[in-house]
Amino acid sequence: MTGLRLRKVASSLFVAFCAFSVILALIPLALIFFFVISQGILALNLNFFVHMPTPVGEPGGGMANAIVGTLILTALAALMAVPIGVVSGVYMSEYGGTRFAAAVRFAADTLNGVPSIVIGMFAYGVVVLPFKQFSAIAGGFALGIMMIPIIARTTEELLLLVPGSLREGALALGASRARAVFSVVVPAAAPGIVTGVVLALARIAGETAPLLFTSFNNRFFTIRLNQPISSLTVQVFTYAISPYADWHRQAWAGALVLVTIVLICSLLARLATHRLERMHAH
Amino acid sequence: LGTGAFALVLILIVVGIAVLLADQSILSIQKFGLNFWRTSTWDPVAGDFGALPFIWGTLYSSILALLIATPVALGIAVFISELCPDRLRQPLVFLTELLAAIPSIVYGLWGIFVLVPAVRALETSLPDALRHTPLFSGPPLGIGMLSAGLVLAVMVTPFTASVSREVLKAVPAAQREAAYALGATRFEAIRAALYFARTGIVGAIMLGFGRALGETMAVTMVIGNNPRVSLSLLAPQYTMAAVIANEFSEAANQLYLSALVEIGLVLFIITLIVNSLSRLLIWSMTRSSGIAFEAEPDTGPEPDLGEAPA
Repeated sequence: MTGLRLRKVASSLFVAFCAFSVILALIPLALIFFFVISQGILALNLNFFVHMPTPVGEPGGGMANAIVGTLILTALAALMAVPIGVVSGVYMSEYGGTRFAAAVRFAADTLNGVPSIVIGMFAYGVVVLPFKQFSAIAGGFALGIMMIPIIARTTEELLLLVPGSLREGALALGASRARAVFSVVVPAAAPGIVTGVVLALARIAGETAPLLFTSFNNRFFTIRLNQPISSLTVQVFTYAISPYADWHRQAWAGALVLVTIVLICSLLARLATHRLERMHAH
Repeated sequence: LGTGAFALVLILIVVGIAVLLADQSILSIQKFGLNFWRTSTWDPVAGDFGALPFIWGTLYSSILALLIATPVALGIAVFISELCPDRLRQPLVFLTELLAAIPSIVYGLWGIFVLVPAVRALETSLPDALRHTPLFSGPPLGIGMLSAGLVLAVMVTPFTASVSREVLKAVPAAQREAAYALGATRFEAIRAALYFARTGIVGAIMLGFGRALGETMAVTMVIGNNPRVSLSLLAPQYTMAAVIANEFSEAANQLYLSALVEIGLVLFIITLIVNSLSRLLIWSMTRSSGIAFEAEPDTGPEPDLGEAPA
């Protein structure tokens, strides 16, 4: 019977280890939230959103230029990635059987795994070098490239959830295949696709590496697309590695804004997918 | 079929990245050849470039992260998919995936101001006997390989955990029931399931590896950015992604730029191989069990996805 007892002990230990792993992973999550909130709140006030950065030593100041910059960069990225991403997603799901579709899927997954810093180098070569100028466009291009595969894969998955009977119904009514896809199938999946886009936006809004040498940084306020532009993430980076306590506080505040954006988007997406799943269950 | 043109863009981008990186690194490849990856002098002023410390740092930090993250990630996957009460499942999935959603820069900021001081305290309190081994030699700075490995471990855990969970889900229920019917304990039944899912699990671990290799900001901020090859966990080192992030916008001449692009090219190739292999493993696992699923009476037929005639 000692053998059995040993096995039972081993089993309990294993269960305990698994539970412990979950706790172990949640500790850094809790710590990050604790510090980002407690440190970030100190420098976060209205000034942070409407004022420009101040020189070292001068109190106050904010990241108005960086916040606008991040908005512009993500908007540019979405402008580029949403059409390409959604349409390639449609292609993969509706014409999915072919060898070409398999190649597209492979390309999407590959692109998804390319380190963001490498995407930055690509954008540098394609946009910055020819124009000899860091620019918002280059940054938006880099972020857009990162966004395309995310949107494409989400769109594909969501379209596959649309019941085949809908497609068949449209085709039976005499619609052409393209008509059936774009007037019936895509609208049916539209809420989910929007969710996917929001999630992708949240993810790229937090990207830093591809912006370092594309949109670069800018101490001043600009909305000109052919000029270097500031972004929340690059600004947080610059402040974080600086030796000044003032700037560190600003970096925490920037991090708090970033985490809040990500959290809100994730929660929204979660709610939306819940509703979608329930809709499909009925 | 106009949609195909858009889809083609995806392929063109990937090919474009490869071609552009290869093209821009020719100068460095011609000048240094394979010696680029065997020497460790990094002297932009003299125009002498060797990338050994960077590839060493990238591999070292990523493997370190895997060693820490893999047991934890598997524990999480098993707990969520096999052990935890149904009501806890959704919140736990959400929380672990939140860990993946936190921006890299926030990890870096937290790393500099919270983790590094903690690691420094830990390093200072190491017993002397340990301090004389090569693994723990050097001054306890906090900034260095150990901090980088820890941050990376936290960052890749959610990826490995969520794929492992999917893979475990693909293990047929009959497999577990059979184990229990033979009198297996919980541990033994789950071990059998893990063994059944081993291909996919290796794939999940490799996926985490791929993430760790390419991670830039958080690592750059805590690893110390010192190009040297050292076994010590305490030593400040450098990674491929970090050197690109720090020096690319300052590269003053063609050769310097080209050397950095070559590092990017190799990083691209390594992650490409690791990710493709990982996807292949995961795919072969979920596909083979997909056939097993169809034999299960209670899962029902796959929904007809409408292979409509053209």
